[in-house]
Amino acid sequence: MYAIDHHDYGTPPSDSQVRVTVEIDGTPLEVPEGTSVMRAAALAGTSIPKLCATDSLKAFGSCRLCLVEIEGRRGYPASCTTLVADGMKIRTQSDKLAQLRRGVVELYVSEHPLDCAGCPADGHCELQDMAKLHGVTENVFAKDGRCSERITHESKARVQALMTDNSNPYFSFDPALCIACSRCVRACDETQGTLALTISGRGLASQVSASAAELFIDSECVSCGACVEACPTAALSEKSIAALARPAEKSVTTTCAYCGVGCSLKAEVIDGQVSRMVPNRDGHANNGHACVKGRFAYGYATHPDRIKAPMIRAKITDPWREVSWDEAIQHSANEFRRIQAKYGRDAVGGITSSRCTNEEVYLVQKLIRAAFGNNNVDTCARVCHSPTGFGLKQTLGESAGTQTFMSVMKSDVAIVMGANPTDGHPVFASHLKRALRAGAQLIVIDPREIALVRTPHIEAAYHLQLRPGTNVAIISALAHVIVTEGLVKEEYVSQRCEKEAFDKWRSWVADPRHSPEATEEVTGVPAATVRGAARLYAAAKNGSIYYGLGVTEHSQGSTTVLGIANLAMATGNLGREGVGVNPLRGQNNVQGSCDMGSFPHEFPGYRHVSDDSTRHLFEGAWGVELSDEPGLRIPNMFEAALDGSFKGMYIQGEDLAQSDPNTLHVVAALSALECVVVQDIFMCETAKFAHVLLPGSSFLEKDGTFTNAERRISPVRKVMEPIAGLADWEITQRLSNALGYPMNYQHPSEIMDEIARLTPTFHGVTYEKLEQQGSIQWPCNAEAPEGTPTMHIGSFVRGKGKFFVTEYVATPERVNGRFPLLLTTGRVLSQYNVGAQTRRTQNNVWHSEDTVEIHPHDAEVRGIAHGDWIGIVSRAGETVLRADVTDRVQPGVIYTTFHFPESGANVITTDNSDWATNCPEYKVTAVQVVKVSKPLDWQLRFRENRESRLPSRREVARETL
Amino acid sequence: MHAEMLVRMVNQIAEFYGTGSAPDIAANETLSHLKRMWAPRMCKQIVEIGSDDPGLSPISRVAVGLLAAAQAQKRVAG
Ligand code: SF4
Ligand code: SF4
Ligand code: SF4
Ligand code: FES
Repeated sequence: MYAIDHHDYGTPPSDSQVRVTVEIDGTPLEVPEGTSVMRAAALAGTSIPKLCATDSLKAFGSCRLCLVEIEGRRGYPASCTTLVADGMKIRTQSDKLAQLRRGVVELYVSEHPLDCAGCPADGHCELQDMAKLHGVTENVFAKDGRCSERITHESKARVQALMTDNSNPYFSFDPALCIACSRCVRACDETQGTLALTISGRGLASQVSASAAELFIDSECVSCGACVEACPTAALSEKSIAALARPAEKSVTTTCAYCGVGCSLKAEVIDGQVSRMVPNRDGHANNGHACVKGRFAYGYATHPDRIKAPMIRAKITDPWREVSWDEAIQHSANEFRRIQAKYGRDAVGGITSSRCTNEEVYLVQKLIRAAFGNNNVDTCARVCHSPTGFGLKQTLGESAGTQTFMSVMKSDVAIVMGANPTDGHPVFASHLKRALRAGAQLIVIDPREIALVRTPHIEAAYHLQLRPGTNVAIISALAHVIVTEGLVKEEYVSQRCEKEAFDKWRSWVADPRHSPEATEEVTGVPAATVRGAARLYAAAKNGSIYYGLGVTEHSQGSTTVLGIANLAMATGNLGREGVGVNPLRGQNNVQGSCDMGSFPHEFPGYRHVSDDSTRHLFEGAWGVELSDEPGLRIPNMFEAALDGSFKGMYIQGEDLAQSDPNTLHVVAALSALECVVVQDIFMCETAKFAHVLLPGSSFLEKDGTFTNAERRISPVRKVMEPIAGLADWEITQRLSNALGYPMNYQHPSEIMDEIARLTPTFHGVTYEKLEQQGSIQWPCNAEAPEGTPTMHIGSFVRGKGKFFVTEYVATPERVNGRFPLLLTTGRVLSQYNVGAQTRRTQNNVWHSEDTVEIHPHDAEVRGIAHGDWIGIVSRAGETVLRADVTDRVQPGVIYTTFHFPESGANVITTDNSDWATNCPEYKVTAVQVVKVSKPLDWQLRFRENRESRLPSRREVARETL
Repeated sequence: MHAEMLVRMVNQIAEFYGTGSAPDIAANETLSHLKRMWAPRMCKQIVEIGSDDPGLSPISRVAVGLLAAAQAQKRVAG
């Protein structure tokens, strides 16, 4: 069922620019060519009865309920599948139409149980609506004897044979309520692109089934919920609404707090609690789609593990003591001031959270710069996309992706590099799959065979399965082919790029040592594959590049980003729809946290702290003198903590102890601090080193904005009151006041007004405009009052695009006899980052522990079988995980995720980092693996204490049947 | 911070800017990167480590020497 406040137009809009005039029941109306008669009528305010149509799916024309009369045409065409034509005269109401429609509804009702009271869809069921509209209240076939024996027999047999499938933790499928409209099947195909559902059987015996008549949990279903949203009855419905058994009271439009796609969601609310989360069909990033995380995994917000009261302790070995907000805040402020008095102004700093809102991040960096009086502020982007900020700023002039997500629909060739969108950015993956099904071609550059290499109806044209750590070499090899085979878009480059830098780059990359043949030995990718991929991308009318952490989290992360921008400029693939350089950013607001001045060298809007005019602007607005020198980055803060010059940290919603590399080093640094104030919703790993715990608020408990990877600022709206009493922006404001630097915002909109005043790319952003437009892509100012969907049209933000020479330098992390394998890391669909949120949901059903993928050959020579415990030893440390023997990884490479603290993936990653930004090299660690009998002692302790050990999929399926 | 780590970081930066550029240009680019991206205490420490540290690459040495000169000038001016 779609959202309670959704007005359905029956079929999707047409994007034609040509307008035609039609007459609906005598009223003239102008609509775009290609619009269905059903949609035209809806636009005119007339709802034509329907069951198999909905405006998120292409018209199918199976229910025959939407019949209309068209002047000059014979019969009664279906309005959902009939397109308007200029001058068309349509009648939507007549006695004959009413009679035909009633007959159809009677037939559907005859096949459907009539006990609406108690049904989860009662009050929001389209069949119930149609029955009411046509006055059908009973099964007339059974009553007046019109019911043929065949129907009775088939119906009974069918219903008896069918059992409700409760195997999915979030939704159930009750075949008895199914009207075989196939909306679910089409949603799985068209919206999600998984093709997990089919309709089997014919006529009245037709029936929906998942994969080969399996339980949903055992099928290919990825639990995105698109089928549930599309279902007009309660056949597919959320278990959460079945449990509450009454219609939602209201719907609040907000933004998902998981990945950087930033899907717009509607939280439906009963008694101040979320009854279900429905994707917003008007959402600009997601177009009415979502994934298992945003759609279903919001239960962590009310999990019993939430911290509900502030706590303090003198030493990290002491027990926690619950205190009042005032005491916790005053104690924190006193401690920070004591440390500054004793060790100097620069001995304290803080971390902003990419999960908090823009307004909250802005306040934390303001507190650090204005109240602490230094620039020791950093954010988790340090460990993910700081090379993106650096590389794109250098080459193009702006530290952000260039397109909208929907731009991929206009791509002819898309490169996906170092990203796994079906797991990390699922809704973007669905958009991409739609483009690929429509004929676009795909090039995957990744050490693993990610799902997009081969999925139903899709096969990548090329998979460049390179060795981890050789990104720069492969990008140079692609560029070499483009330059030496005459594939450069000369006119574009000469008009839009710096000539001297381009000439230098061209002659450098043309050197035969960069050819695919010469680099093959380093990258492991056959030269012919590289040449084919380069030609395909360069020849595309529109070629786009999407990349993820597999690009940035390397010692040459920034170099690869520069190389990617070089490729796009050389082929003219920037500055229009369908092209571009698009970082797939990890966390919901990592773009926003960077935009808001979370880096130690930049004020909001990416302006350097040494820039006098910018600094004076902020000094004027904030009423303090500001430092003109960069502060410490996260790894530098740790180093400084260990050498005794850095003593206090204010950490807003980041779990540094779990997410940062070389855990042992991080733990030693955190332990050396005299005051750690952690503001979080859970007792995270970092909290173990804290002296003050300030309970934060989830995205459901506050107003604000998130900015996604397309630079799209979307509203976050309060659905319920903060569990511990304060939203994060209120906590920071109180801390600042206690530090003696006053902040007095009454609402986050006032913070956004300040951001807009002080940041040129945000000058035009207001809450009112967000309300009107739904979302805004920055830059939004006098030149672009409604925002900027596509960047760099006509010219680059920096003026002329700048090419950089990108020499490949092998990572110092080398394999040798002692550490012969390369470990690389990633994530799975059902879990999110360090897992603090998703581990506290039923998503554990799909992934309840991290495993390590190892190639069958590497496993065999070590005597390792699938499911064995294996010890992984690196130069930094060791851990134990279960083996997943698979050829998704190549020989010599192993792969794991880091969603569970006991996995210790970061215990074994080293402290190598990107040369320009210090982004850690998570993606390459030389290791050895050996078969062992059990996990390490510290891992066993973690497992024992873990918040939830959920049963496996099979057990769940069996229990819930 | 560990001296060894700082030396490695400067060398990585110098290596990037050194590709295809004259050494003096590369040293100036490296200097500019240090000034823009490094915290003052890191700059101070690398200057203390000294431009004659044997671990530094030739371009790094020039860059660290330039940084020391810039800091001395700033002290005089300040
Ligand atoms: S939940 Fe998503 S993947 Fe699963 S069957 Fe429904 S549409 Fe397909
Ligand atoms: S499960 Fe729902 S959407 Fe699917 S065919 Fe049945 S009624 Fe239609
Ligand atoms: S996790 Fe990402 S793709 Fe999934 S619903 Fe949230 S924003 Fe959308
Ligand atoms: S709604 Fe048009 S045929 Fe079903």
